[in-house]
Amino acid sequence: MAALLLIPVFFTPIWTIKLTAPQYPQGLGMYIWIDDITGHERHDIQNINILNHYVGMKEIDPELVKTLDIMPWVVGGLMALAVISALAGKLWLAWIWVVVFIAAGSAGMVDFYMWGYEYGHDLNPRAAIKVPDMSYQPPLIGKKTLLNITATSWPYWGTLWIGLSLAAGTASTTWNTFFSKK
Amino acid sequence: MAQKTTIWKITSLLLGLGLLAMIMYGCPSQTGMLDTGDAAQRVYVAPGEYDEYYAFFSGGYSGQMSVWGLPSARMLRNIPVFSQDPESGYGYSEETKPLLMTSYGFIPWDDSHHPDFSHTDGMPDGRWIFINANNTPRVARIDLTTFETVETLELPNTGGNHASTFVTENTEYILGATRFSIPYEMDKDVPIDTYKENFDGSLSFIAVDPETGEMSMDFQIIMPPYHYDLGRAGKGPSADWAFFTTYNTEQAHTLLEINASEFDKDYVVAVNWRKAQEYVREGRAQSVPANYFHNLKDKNTGIASSTVHDEVLLLDPKDAPDMIYFLPTPKSPHGVDIDPTGEYIVAGGKLATVIPVHSFSRMLEAIENEAFEEVINGIPVLEYDATIIGEVENPGLGPLHTEFDGDGNAYTSVYISSEIVKWSLETFEVLDRIDAYYSIGHLMITGGDTPNPDRKYLVGLTKTARDRFLPTGPKQLHPAQLYDISGDRMELLLDFPTIGEPHYAQAILADKIRPNVKQIYDLDENQHPHAVKRPRDARVERDGDVVRVYMTNIRSHFTPDNIEGIRVGDTVYFHLTNIEQDWDMVHGFAIKGANSGEVLIAPGETKTIVWHPQRTGIYPFYCTAFCSALHQEMQGYVRVSPAGSDVPLTWRTGDE
Repeated sequence: MAALLLIPVFFTPIWTIKLTAPQYPQGLGMYIWIDDITGHERHDIQNINILNHYVGMKEIDPELVKTLDIMPWVVGGLMALAVISALAGKLWLAWIWVVVFIAAGSAGMVDFYMWGYEYGHDLNPRAAIKVPDMSYQPPLIGKKTLLNITATSWPYWGTLWIGLSLAAGTASTTWNTFFSKK
Repeated sequence: MAQKTTIWKITSLLLGLGLLAMIMYGCPSQTGMLDTGDAAQRVYVAPGEYDEYYAFFSGGYSGQMSVWGLPSARMLRNIPVFSQDPESGYGYSEETKPLLMTSYGFIPWDDSHHPDFSHTDGMPDGRWIFINANNTPRVARIDLTTFETVETLELPNTGGNHASTFVTENTEYILGATRFSIPYEMDKDVPIDTYKENFDGSLSFIAVDPETGEMSMDFQIIMPPYHYDLGRAGKGPSADWAFFTTYNTEQAHTLLEINASEFDKDYVVAVNWRKAQEYVREGRAQSVPANYFHNLKDKNTGIASSTVHDEVLLLDPKDAPDMIYFLPTPKSPHGVDIDPTGEYIVAGGKLATVIPVHSFSRMLEAIENEAFEEVINGIPVLEYDATIIGEVENPGLGPLHTEFDGDGNAYTSVYISSEIVKWSLETFEVLDRIDAYYSIGHLMITGGDTPNPDRKYLVGLTKTARDRFLPTGPKQLHPAQLYDISGDRMELLLDFPTIGEPHYAQAILADKIRPNVKQIYDLDENQHPHAVKRPRDARVERDGDVVRVYMTNIRSHFTPDNIEGIRVGDTVYFHLTNIEQDWDMVHGFAIKGANSGEVLIAPGETKTIVWHPQRTGIYPFYCTAFCSALHQEMQGYVRVSPAGSDVPLTWRTGDE
């Protein structure tokens, strides 16, 4: 059950970041998938990169983000573990699954934060526009104004499925551990 | 006592002048103020909101076409068509120059008069708009996804294509005609006073490919040497017919002002184009020598190229019976307009004292009954009384053009008395009149030339502004007026200057165009042979004296931006690819001393400008469109060395 709930994670983004500004009334945005980063519109990533280069931010290139290579394996592993523990019927395996899931999720969030931090702080010293003490780290979650650009960052449908999977897995493990003896 | 006499004199003088004015001009028109409500509210479109209609005004002697929003009268765009446009580089860039090619060479100017949309079931379908060139006879097609001219076609053996571009019900044909009769035979050299023997009229039927919009000269019809003034396609029952007006049936060739105004009646020409097409398909047309250009922009490369044709199919009415008829019509008629039902054929007898209205069904009866006055060159002249169904009395002086509101009313522009006259298609009586500022030519009702008009707005396209706006010297812009025609009386809402001389105009509901408008050219689909899609592919190549610079533009730099090794006497092509894919992110390019112009490059597009460096030195180039915060820095240098110099060809951007 918990494994099945993870299937949609491969088909929907897990996070969305949107940038709006007076000169971008429709906004620019990106989706973060477990294995990719794409624009809300086809050319949004290119256009975000063009804007960012003025303040010296690095280009967003999904090819260079290692986490995107690892994530599908992590999610796949969690699915496999869920299936194995269900088939084996071993509760300790199920609890390991819960712990690993929470650990992986936390690590993911930490990694996302680190990426955002790096992305917003590691600026080219020869950038054309330098605003003293300014960094451009997007919010981990919520809304933040960077110069005249409002950045909003929220979980997307993929995260909901991850949450449901964790909740379902945890609930059934808990039930089996404490209530369904005999 | 002396004082009393003076007052009496002044009073009688004023009374006399008033009476004289009444006699001369009739009762005054309404002076155009609103009867009720606030005109400003009715034309106000709040910032950020959109107009209900796109309107396309011909540019007249500017050769272009301007695009407006109605009802606000916001100017949205000026589309270059038949004239070079230094603003955009149209007609200066290598890609667009072929669109201005004709059998007379490169023509950088023309006079555009009558736009008309592509139609499906008689209604504008928002795919293309066509417009004519009156001087060196041509028609053009503008793509309404990009608002750019994509095709031009020259009309062979034609002198002034004025009765054009009127489009048939399902865009089978664009009409064309010779305004100034000339010898039909190509390049024929004859004394002008052998007009009657040697000159001919011609009508043109330009086919349009229903998928691609591509135009071709399907056939022409040779006509008596009259002047063919305006045209219209029929609708509904008359959809297979095209109508043209004539003047100078007197066949004068000098001082036409007098000599072409002698006869009481000239003709409306009714052409059964469907039948003509059948004759042509049957092989009754003969192929005759011609020389004309067809210029088409390739969708994938963005490059226009020319094809030259050397023959055209010509149909002679003598070999093609039951196809063309003359309807006698007073007096040097200008416009010929067909009402929404397709039954009434309204002519604007510009020197006449009435507006004559022919009936299409009566015309068919007259043909059936052979009610002919005479036959000219195989063309029967129908009896006036057999086709006429009404004459609108007291329409003012100089009625020109008529459009319709779909509720049984017609609106005619009246040039000399400078007014618009509304009349009934049932009683043929005048219902209302309103002043025009000043000297109105065409008028246009939203959908007023279609089977299904929107009875909302009427635009009057006038010839002189005089005192209407802040003065700008002896030459001022031609104005237009916006009227509300939804009520019983016409009401003036707006008065605004336009671009060039707008002759005719067209309007379409914005929703028919807006969803299809492109925001960028897709760089992935750009197949221009000299495009460079990544800065790392930018380069400079020399082949003899020809140097090609393959350059990318993106905020805020060119790649390359330093070029050395160019020599005096070289021909340098700058191939500029704007690799942006963001809406409206346009870059421009200009270099010091270039004898061409600048080019503007839309996102994803490749444009080429040619440069002939004539002196050694350092030549700055820069982006002409304020593209970004570092637009001023978007620049570069070309070093030009003497002819034969051995400075190697190098290029760079940044520290590479």
